Amino acid sequence: MASVSMTVNGKAVSGQCEDRTLLVQFIRENLNLTGTHVGCDTSQCGACVVHVDGKAVKSCTMLAVQANGSEVLTIEGLASGGELHPVQAAFKAHHGLQCGFCTPGMIMAATDMIKRHGGKLDEKTVRDELDGNICRCTGYHNIVKAILAAAEEMGSTRQAAE
Amino acid sequence: MYATNYHRASSVEEAVGLASEDAKYLAGGQTLIPTMKQRLAAPSDLIDLRHVAAMQGIKVEGDKVRIGAAVTHAEVAASAAVRGVCAALCDLAAHIGDPHVRHMGTIGGSIANNDPAADYPAALLALKADIITNNRRIGADEFFAGMFETALDEGELVTAVELTAPAKAGYAKFRNPASRYALTGVFVARLGDGSVRVAVTGAGSDGVFRQSEMEAALASNFSADALSGISVDPSNLMADLHATAEYRANLVKVMAKRALIAAG
Repeated sequence: MASVSMTVNGKAVSGQCEDRTLLVQFIRENLNLTGTHVGCDTSQCGACVVHVDGKAVKSCTMLAVQANGSEVLTIEGLASGGELHPVQAAFKAHHGLQCGFCTPGMIMAATDMIKRHGGKLDEKTVRDELDGNICRCTGYHNIVKAILAAAEEMGSTRQAAE
Repeated sequence: MYATNYHRASSVEEAVGLASEDAKYLAGGQTLIPTMKQRLAAPSDLIDLRHVAAMQGIKVEGDKVRIGAAVTHAEVAASAAVRGVCAALCDLAAHIGDPHVRHMGTIGGSIANNDPAADYPAALLALKADIITNNRRIGADEFFAGMFETALDEGELVTAVELTAPAKAGYAKFRNPASRYALTGVFVARLGDGSVRVAVTGAGSDGVFRQSEMEAALASNFSADALSGISVDPSNLMADLHATAEYRANLVKVMAKRALIAAG
């Protein structure tokens, strides 16, 4: 058994788990944060994407012990003060989900790509950047629309703040 | 996944000291952890390399490039220093797997695994790179020894990759749309001494290989036109549910031409 400590959504957490415990299992089963999903067993679907030390990773392809000492952000940590994060709001406004199973991973991937590309996202880039996230409902069109809308809104908010 | 014991190494010496017959080094883990989840690998111990400072960092001095083995694909893709001397390497790194995989996967992990459809082996073989380990320097021609086989000894650890920037280089791959691996990928390079090297991944039945016929044709004319008369022999190429050997043979030529166009 390993002792694991990390900061999850701004809060210091610690727990005991086996060395083989995946980060996603630790998040879901030890911390009861079940917004992060497991959609496949093969590291392909991206439903489990979280941010570790500011970077989007597949939490099903990382051990909890590897994240010992790291800062983790999950879907539960995005909204603040009862307000949806702009990416969450855009997914709602643009119908970027149907069953919603892939949505946590999609939104964590989207916030990561917007952070890396700033306001310079175009449709092709968004589609390329979604390589690691599979949605079986939407056909991706409304997901792409939502991400582009959120990127634009976050870009203009950033400009207004400067 | 079967039970395992995790160790976090903080130096190359510590990592090598922890190595044993049943242990495995854990770099980005983007191949090893899925393989362990499938119970196709069951190492007794995992030696995490992500916190070894000596294996981090990219250094470009003049035309000399050194990339630490624990450098991620995302870091190579975004490196302005590498882009300045060998943009093809950045473009290659930018198309491995998907963004999340690129945040974890490392160059050292990729080449030590030597998957026959991985991208980096083609680049390092074409660029005549040296692979630096904890106790020696191995030329790429010797390092890539066959499908999932390398010249590494038991417990030997890749710590960095060193190469000299080429005069020109380009990479093109036909991606398997599901796995993102190369169904066939070709890296072309004209080195500083004028020699031309062409390395093919994803297609060879024994892993990455050099295409000597193309190298000869490109020596005097480094352009896609020079390949028009070449037909690639399918007899040593892979055949699987994704593509026949003949289809891959055609792809080798098409990807080589695209790589030459990318090289400019």
